[in-house]
Amino acid sequence: MQFTSMILSNAEVSPGYWRMRMTAPQEFASASPGQFVMVRVNGAIDPLLRRPFGIFDVGVYTPSQSGALSQPCFEMLYRVVGKGTLMLSALHETDLLDILGPLGMGFDLGYVDEEKLIVGGGVGLAPLYLLAKELVKQSQVRLFAGGRTRDDVLCITEFERLGVECYTATEDGSLGECGLVTEALLRRLDTLKGKAKIYACGPHGMLNAVAKIAAERTIPCQVSLEGYMACGVGACLGCVATGHRHSPETPDFRCVCTEGPVFESGELKWRD
Amino acid sequence: MKPDMTVNCAGILLRNPVMTASGTFGYGEEFAGYVDLERIGAFVTKGLSLKPRGGNPTPRIVETPGGMLNAIGLQNVGIDAFIEKKVPFFRSVKTPAIANFFGNTVDEYAEMARRLNEIPEVAALEVNISCPNVKQGGIVFGTDPACASTVVTACRAATNKPLIVKLSPNVTDVVVMAKACEDAGADALSLINTLTGMAIDLNRRRPVLANITGGFSGPAIKPIALRMVWQVARGVKLPVIGIGGIMNATDALEFILAGATAVQVGTASFINPGAAQQIAAEMEAWMEANGVADIKSLIGALET
Repeated sequence: MQFTSMILSNAEVSPGYWRMRMTAPQEFASASPGQFVMVRVNGAIDPLLRRPFGIFDVGVYTPSQSGALSQPCFEMLYRVVGKGTLMLSALHETDLLDILGPLGMGFDLGYVDEEKLIVGGGVGLAPLYLLAKELVKQSQVRLFAGGRTRDDVLCITEFERLGVECYTATEDGSLGECGLVTEALLRRLDTLKGKAKIYACGPHGMLNAVAKIAAERTIPCQVSLEGYMACGVGACLGCVATGHRHSPETPDFRCVCTEGPVFESGELKWRD
Repeated sequence: MKPDMTVNCAGILLRNPVMTASGTFGYGEEFAGYVDLERIGAFVTKGLSLKPRGGNPTPRIVETPGGMLNAIGLQNVGIDAFIEKKVPFFRSVKTPAIANFFGNTVDEYAEMARRLNEIPEVAALEVNISCPNVKQGGIVFGTDPACASTVVTACRAATNKPLIVKLSPNVTDVVVMAKACEDAGADALSLINTLTGMAIDLNRRRPVLANITGGFSGPAIKPIALRMVWQVARGVKLPVIGIGGIMNATDALEFILAGATAVQVGTASFINPGAAQQIAAEMEAWMEANGVADIKSLIGALET
C-alpha cells in the first residue's frame, strides 16, 4: 500500500538516533511485528531511492481538535547514517512523507510455552519493540540489548514498561556489562530449563553469533536482516541474502524485502 | 475529445506508448497491487535465460546522485519456470507482455528466441545484447556490430513475433550498432540500456559493488539517452523505444519528440511502483491541455 503520512513528532532520542511518529491509513493497523516501510525522504531526485525502516510501534492517533476521528499511527526508530536519514531528521511535525508499506514477512510469534529471548544491537532494536509488545501477551520475554557505547542502547525504558526483563551490554562498558550482549544470552540459555525461542536484529556480526548459538543448541531462531534495496517489492533483486544451500554452482538467494526481512536463522548461510 | 494515445510499435498495438523496462518490473505480477496493468501500453519481463541464474554477490546496488548502479547479474527463474509459473498471470491481463531475454552464446540466444516464440501469451521479444559472448573471449555482443548482427540474425530466424533489440550505450557510435541490428532483421530498437559505471567507498578503499562495476540508471542518464534516441531515430527506419531516466510525463514526451514511438519507464518504478501508469495518465493530460489530438503527431516532431 502506498500512502501519504503526516509526521506527528520527530525527535533525537540518543545522539544520532531519532524516533519519528507518523499517521497511517486504517489498513496499517494490521501491520505485523518485523514488517517494514519504504520512505521517500523528499520529492526530488536526490536522494533518489526510498529508504527502508523497520516498524518500531503501531498505535492510534487521536487529533486534538474535537470531533476529529482517530486513525492508526506508527513509529520508526532510525539512525542518521547518510544523506537520506539526515534529511529525514530535519523534518518537522505536520510535514508529509510518501510511504510504501507495511512490507515483507514479519516474525512468527512461536508457542506460548517458550521463553522468548530477544537480542538487539544498536538500531537493530527498531523492529523488536512491536514484537516484544505482542510476545508479552503470551510468554515471558527477555531482551538482550547491546551497542558500542551507552548512546547505542536505545529505548530500554519502553521495553521495561512492557514487563520485559532487560539485559544490556556495551563494548566500552559505559552501560551494563562490558562486552558483547551474546555473553548474557549464553548465560540465560545455560540456566534455562524449558523451551526457548530467539529473535535477533542488529549488525551482521551479532546475528552471525546468535545464529551459531541457536544452531548449536537447536533453539528456534529468527533474524531480521537489512539489505540495500531499491524497490521493497521484490523487483530490483538488489537486497538478496544468501540461503543455506548457496554455492557458486547452485545459487540460493533470498529476497530480503519479500521473503524476509525476517528469516529462520537456519535458512541462511552464516560464517563459521 | 480524449487524445488518441495508441501507437503501433513494430506490430505491437499499444493503448498508450508507456511500457515498463526490463529488470525493473519483475514478471508483471509483483506490481499488480500498485499498477493497473491495463492502463499502461505493455510490460517487459526481467531478462530470461535458458537456465535459471542466481546472480551476483551483494552489495548489488548503490545510489549515486540522481541515479543508481546495479549489478544484479541477470538473476532470473529460467525459461522453464517462466513458462510454468509466470506466464499464466499474463492471461489475466489485456496488455501485451514482452519477454526480455539473453544468452551466453549465439546458439543460446537462438534457442531462447525459439522457446519464447512458442508462448502465445508473449506478444513480442526484446533481446538484450549487452552480454559477453563466452565463445569469443567475452566480447559484449552489443558493442561489436558484427557480433550484434550475428546474434540478431539468429534470433530473427527463430521467431516470427516482433523482435525488439535493446541497445547498449557503451559504444563509440550507437548508430552503427542500430544499423547493424536493422540490417539483421530487427523490428524495433529499444535504447538505452544502462551505462557502465562504478562507485568507490573512500574510507574502505574498496568498490561499493561486489561486482566492482554496475549499470547506471535513473534521471542522471536522461540527457545521454535522449541524445542517443535522437541519433538512432534519425539514422534508421525502425521504430525506436526510448529508455533512460524517465521519471514523469515531461521526460516521456521529450523522448517521443526526439523520435521514440514508445518509451520504457525503469528506475522510476522502484521509487514509485505506480510510475508507469501515472506517466501515461499525465501524458494524456498534457496533450489535452496543449490541444494535441494524437500522440503519433509528436513522434520525431522535434524542431531543430
